[in-house]
Amino acid sequence: MRFLLLFSRQGKLRLQKWYTPLTEREKKKIIRDMTTMVLARQPRSCNFLHWKDLKIIYKRYASLYFCLGVESQENELLALEVIHRYVELLDKYFGNVCELDIIFNFEKAYFILDEFLMGGEVQETSKQTINRCIENSDMLQETMEEYMSKPAF
Amino acid sequence: MPAVSKGDGMRGLAVFISDIRNCKSKEAEIKRINKELANIRSKFKGDKALDGYSKKKYVCKLLFIFLLGHDIDFGHMEAVNLLSSNKYTEKQIGYLFISVLVNSNSELIRLINNAIKNDLSSRNPTFMCLALHCIANVGSREMAEAFASEIPRILVAGDTMDSVKQSAALCLLRLYKTSPDLVLMGEWTSRVVHLLNDQHMGVVTAAISLITCLSQKNPDEFKTCVSLAVSRLSRIVSSASTDLQDYTYYFVPAPWLSCKLLRLLQCYPPPEDGAVKGRLVECLETILNKAQEPPKSKKVQHSNAKNAILFEAISLIIHYDSEPNLLVRACNQLGQFLQHRETNLRYLALESMCTLASSEFSHEAVKTHIETVINALKTERDVSVRQRAADLLYAMCDRSNAKQIVAEMLSYLETADYSIREEMVLKVAILAEKYAVDYSWYVDTILNLIRIAGDYVSEEVWYRVIQIVINRDDVQGFAGSYLLFSPIISGRCVVPLVQFNLLHSKFHLCSVPTRALLLSAYIKFINLFPETKVTIQEVLRCDSQIRNSDVELQQRAVEYLKLSSIASTDVLATVLEEMPPFPERESSILAKLKKKKGPGAVSVTELDDSKREGGELNGGGERAADTAAMAASNASTPSPSADLLGIRSSAPMGAAPAAAGSLLVDVFSEAGPAAPAAAVNNDGFLRFVCKNNGVLFENQLLQIGIKSEYRQNLGRMYLFYGNKTSVQFASFSTTVSCPGELTPQLNVQSKPVEPLVEGGAQIQQVLNIECLSDFSDAPLLNIKFRYGGALQNLTLKLPVTINKFFQPTEMTSQDFFQRWKQLRSALLDNVDPNPENYVCAGVIQTKGQQVGCLLRLEPNAQAQMYRLTLRCSKESVSKRLCELLSQQF
Repeated sequence: MRFLLLFSRQGKLRLQKWYTPLTEREKKKIIRDMTTMVLARQPRSCNFLHWKDLKIIYKRYASLYFCLGVESQENELLALEVIHRYVELLDKYFGNVCELDIIFNFEKAYFILDEFLMGGEVQETSKQTINRCIENSDMLQETMEEYMSKPAF
Repeated sequence: MPAVSKGDGMRGLAVFISDIRNCKSKEAEIKRINKELANIRSKFKGDKALDGYSKKKYVCKLLFIFLLGHDIDFGHMEAVNLLSSNKYTEKQIGYLFISVLVNSNSELIRLINNAIKNDLSSRNPTFMCLALHCIANVGSREMAEAFASEIPRILVAGDTMDSVKQSAALCLLRLYKTSPDLVLMGEWTSRVVHLLNDQHMGVVTAAISLITCLSQKNPDEFKTCVSLAVSRLSRIVSSASTDLQDYTYYFVPAPWLSCKLLRLLQCYPPPEDGAVKGRLVECLETILNKAQEPPKSKKVQHSNAKNAILFEAISLIIHYDSEPNLLVRACNQLGQFLQHRETNLRYLALESMCTLASSEFSHEAVKTHIETVINALKTERDVSVRQRAADLLYAMCDRSNAKQIVAEMLSYLETADYSIREEMVLKVAILAEKYAVDYSWYVDTILNLIRIAGDYVSEEVWYRVIQIVINRDDVQGFAGSYLLFSPIISGRCVVPLVQFNLLHSKFHLCSVPTRALLLSAYIKFINLFPETKVTIQEVLRCDSQIRNSDVELQQRAVEYLKLSSIASTDVLATVLEEMPPFPERESSILAKLKKKKGPGAVSVTELDDSKREGGELNGGGERAADTAAMAASNASTPSPSADLLGIRSSAPMGAAPAAAGSLLVDVFSEAGPAAPAAAVNNDGFLRFVCKNNGVLFENQLLQIGIKSEYRQNLGRMYLFYGNKTSVQFASFSTTVSCPGELTPQLNVQSKPVEPLVEGGAQIQQVLNIECLSDFSDAPLLNIKFRYGGALQNLTLKLPVTINKFFQPTEMTSQDFFQRWKQLRSALLDNVDPNPENYVCAGVIQTKGQQVGCLLRLEPNAQAQMYRLTLRCSKESVSKRLCELLSQQF
């Protein structure tokens, strides 16, 4: 896997994860290309595209597009399920995840992703295992009470 | 309003994000961000030491601002400080910031590495995983240097937790990909392979990615993984859907691991061990069988996961390319998918069939789906599916269906999406060339192509068509080297003036280089059809030509106009004399298509194919002087092109050796347009025994190209010296000498070259060569120049060999053998006219005398040997020719 992007129907980027070193310029170019390409697709088209030497696998969940760039020998259907599993993980964590959850808790979205994928490869596919990890790290955090007493600025 | 945060949210962060979202305009957003940046900066610079929480919050805000697309130039130090915090959440945010905003600042990297080192040795699995993630995310060289030896230890240590093993495996994979030289194989490698047996499915899933990558680079060291992978796969495939608990995904047992195992096996040839192979074939059959079973769930996730394994299994079957039964089953399965209601499956089936089409076992099976694929090309709503259909048609095309496929592609082109037109045009042009049986079909197709998609016909296609048409004997009858356009149009009408008008009507649509060619065609019209003169002169005279802003066009217009008005018909005819055929080279359109990505791109074998077959179409150019020798020397070249020679075995023996030879000249003289540079000067020399053009020498500074032509006992050689650097060569000089006894045998004259060669420039030198008598040595070319003050001195053998002065002779079988016997030494008595043998006849022209030469080449396919016999009227010549030719095999 080379990258994972989450963007809204309006083309607003919500999450970006890069698995190969790229310059900021290259990243911006890819983001622009992906959003224009994917948003221009007709509904009920297939979920795969070719772009340069990569395969692009995308899927829309409610208002969010999940877009994966993978090497040409990778399995498209499995990549589609990588996206789905990530959505399931987010859903399990946030409970009926929506775009706002990802906006306000972007760091959590990254942490969950890191438990699932690493360096562009699937690290752990078990939903239970991943959820246990995330919950454990949440246990290490402070309570809601402490949260409310924190200053707003 | 901020969404509810679980665990430890940061209230300040939520408020800030909410503010940003409430901004009505971009300006307001920037204003809010600048305010926040100023606030954070002052906090970081303030006298009061910040507590961990505040630091974390501000770093997180910076991260958010960065992810919005704004530059962040501070805060790195604070993030690094967070790494050494004892609080997990602070550490985590610190690592996230570092991962997203890598800074190449070496001072910082050192601090980061220190923090990572501490966490790796902390024995706290959560901290270790965070550190490993950071290494994998950043993956820089410095990190590889610091940790490449540490991570393998963590990976194989007995007491490492499973989750840490998983992270370590993938972290190591990342380092291996960025800095393979730093990850040293060692004792750990064998233990890594055994992770395939690990009880924890997650560990296997992570480790196998590493093993696959390592196996690709060091297949021998990891060979043992094949049998391990097969038994693991077999266990998964035969397990009930509930056996694997949480590793079952929508009723499919371990799809990710299964696919990775199948991918790993694709790094190796089929297992040699019969039992292992049997077990694997069983697995593959089970996977194919399962595709026919009714689905266990209606969810798309179920079918996706199941089919992901199926497609991966098919890839493995194609990779092995040795089990006809499985290949045909795979093809049938894909055939079903071609009509599936899921667009994704139709797309993937088309894509996968492309590779099946190249296997000899399944090519025919793929072809049976032609109607479905054509239908997909016509009716699919999604352009990317249509594109795959076009790719597949291209891949399944062969002689039997070329006409149908090309016709369908052409008709599709009329309505094709703009995004894929150019590629379609290339494909049609290539197929038309590759499978042209008769010339008129080829021209018809190309003509249609130009009519339908003229705007998308790239220069490469034009040039290629010109090359082919020019190199055809039957078109050369038309005379006029660039008159490609004329024969195309003349198929429809014969009046030259109408031809011209037709041609000119498209003029304004053409690119500048094409227009330049057209102008040259016009002047040739004047030469051939004087009645067009007035009209054409008018065209040349009009402002858009004679005042064209393009210098090349303007110059041509002015010169041709002048030429047509001053020159007599004789002069005109001489100036516009027919040009020799183009040297054959790799098809420019294939090269272009290769540059394009996608599975439709041309594989190497296809390229070879088309060289071969394209060659047939292009053959029959003008006879080169060294035809005879060339034909012979190529006759048993053990190259993939060898079967082309089959054509000639049916040719009447002796009757047309020269003609058959000339067919080959074009095919083989292309042996490599960009032939690899000759490091050893002699190599370059040998490569030119049977070819006249190419690169003689190349190093970092200089490239020397050669073009040469010979007629009778005279030759002319163009030397092109290219300065490959960006710096000027000074005192550039060349001398050609004929050492020793060559002096009275060969006369070489050259003009001096310019002493300065600018960076990137190329200069040309012409040598005139006269063969006085037969010779064995080669003239030497000495080149001296200064590059950046240092004197460069180089001596090369110039590829002037005796066989260049051959004049081919045609003779009948009878004549040949009569002479053969006359020239016979005592060696041979009975010569059977075996059709496998090649014979050539020619006369070497020197100033002093003519030396007749006869050649026989007798291949023995079983022994993979050949016998080459040369008989010449002069002994020294036979000897030298034998030396030259035998080195060519």
